[in-house]
Amino acid sequence: MDAMSMGNYGVYVWSCFGLTLVMVLFSYWRARLRHKRVYRDIEVRIKALEERE
Amino acid sequence: MWKFFHQLASPPHFYRLAAVLSPWLAAPGIALIAYGVYAGLFLAPMDYQQGDAFRIIYVHVPSAYLSMMAYMIMAVSGGIGLIWRIKLSHAVAAAAAPLGAAFTFLALATGSIWGRPMWGTWWEWGDPRLTSELILLFLYFGYMALRAAIDDTAKADKASAVLALVGVVNVVIVHYSVEWWSSLHQGQTLMKKGGPAMDPAMLYPLLAMILGFTLLFGSLLLRRVRTEVLFRERRTRWVREMILSPEGS
Amino acid sequence: MTDAHKEQPSIFSGLAATARRDLLLAWKRPGDVLNPLFFFAMVCTLFPLAVGPSAEQLEFSGPGVLWVAALLATLLSLNSLFGSDFEDGSLDQLLVSPQPLPVLALGKTAAHWLTSGLPLVLVSPILAITYRMPMSVVGVMMLTLTLGTITLSLLGSIGAALTVGLHRGTALLSLLILPLAMPVLLLGANTVSLAAGNDVYTTGIWALGAYAIASLSLAPYATAAALRISNE
Repeated sequence: MDAMSMGNYGVYVWSCFGLTLVMVLFSYWRARLRHKRVYRDIEVRIKALEERE
Repeated sequence: MWKFFHQLASPPHFYRLAAVLSPWLAAPGIALIAYGVYAGLFLAPMDYQQGDAFRIIYVHVPSAYLSMMAYMIMAVSGGIGLIWRIKLSHAVAAAAAPLGAAFTFLALATGSIWGRPMWGTWWEWGDPRLTSELILLFLYFGYMALRAAIDDTAKADKASAVLALVGVVNVVIVHYSVEWWSSLHQGQTLMKKGGPAMDPAMLYPLLAMILGFTLLFGSLLLRRVRTEVLFRERRTRWVREMILSPEGS
Repeated sequence: MTDAHKEQPSIFSGLAATARRDLLLAWKRPGDVLNPLFFFAMVCTLFPLAVGPSAEQLEFSGPGVLWVAALLATLLSLNSLFGSDFEDGSLDQLLVSPQPLPVLALGKTAAHWLTSGLPLVLVSPILAITYRMPMSVVGVMMLTLTLGTITLSLLGSIGAALTVGLHRGTALLSLLILPLAMPVLLLGANTVSLAAGNDVYTTGIWALGAYAIASLSLAPYATAAALRISNE
């Protein structure tokens, strides 16, 4: 419990570490999502072209 | 040597290599951060002036460092792309900007949260580092806005590279002028950033965090560059073959 | 050798011709010069209306307000730097000219400063007096504004060249230039404040001068590169 309260600075310290975790996870998620989207768009376009031929 | 670089810069090769390399950077990065967080929060002794609030530096300093490094990467790779016309380096610059902005925002947010118990205010204009960091965030915004405003990718690459290079000169001028300015207004000596006076038990977790953040950043950057390369090469044969091949990727 | 020399006009004449042309255009369209000046005066009027007419407050905030207003007025005038040339096609003429492009860009920037920065400097004492600025400080303010607006015109020319021909260029231009202009504002306004407080202010003047010289020698190249990129 003592470790959590951080000498009454707990809120500030934990919110900073929490925010950092959120930001890193968000960046990772964004990178993944964008890759999926770009890949899918290209796939759809190429498959459509392929069928037309 | 040249052949190696040439091969590295070839899009299909890079696309495959980045996928392999990214987890290999992330794994040691996460391990170092795990050690840094644990040691920084629980093992490092309390700072005699700032108490436990000083532990915020374990996330603030790495993000502030990365915010500058991302800008340097952006400007240098933009410059390389401008001079030697290497397409890959423009993709690196494009991918680095949003990441750099994210870490700049993180440095500002953690600095501000640190300031609340230390200065009694969420924002202290007198602190040169926070002010410089804020201007850096605006530079990122300008860079990304310029990129977004130009439809033609090749044009956007070159224009934003010029802006990033001008911005590097500006970052240096901002740094010195803001220092001068805050010295006029009796800016307090604030966050202690490393230095020889630091206890090793405090310093080692910080170094681990900086290295860990850098590796994680490298891993994220590789991922983003990979997507950028795929998008830019969407009309080429290798992308077509890769997508039509049964194993895909 | 001498014939070839005769055929090729000197670099200086290229610079002078570009600047003269823009000055003539400004003379024909005085609105382009006057509008930023009116804007400057109006922004300076906004502050006393917003924060109250107390002499103490005006004296204290005067340097900052004048400088912010000058920065915004310069920003306002930047759009016309390459915008009209882009529309009527004369920018293409500049690009294919045998003269070095950085010199021509410098000529255009010089004309821009003469039609936007210089009038601001000349008008600023009138507004400074309404802010109860002592005469000795007004001199320092005019000096900082002179050096500062030169730098702003040069930095602005880079931004204007990067955004030329883009839709919604105005807002984007402000977004690009303001972070670059912040050190100029900081140095300029604080130097005037120091002078008003009877402090040593020479550091700020030297820094502004150094910044002006550095941008004078580097910005034309960036502007030229940006113009080539924007007009590919």
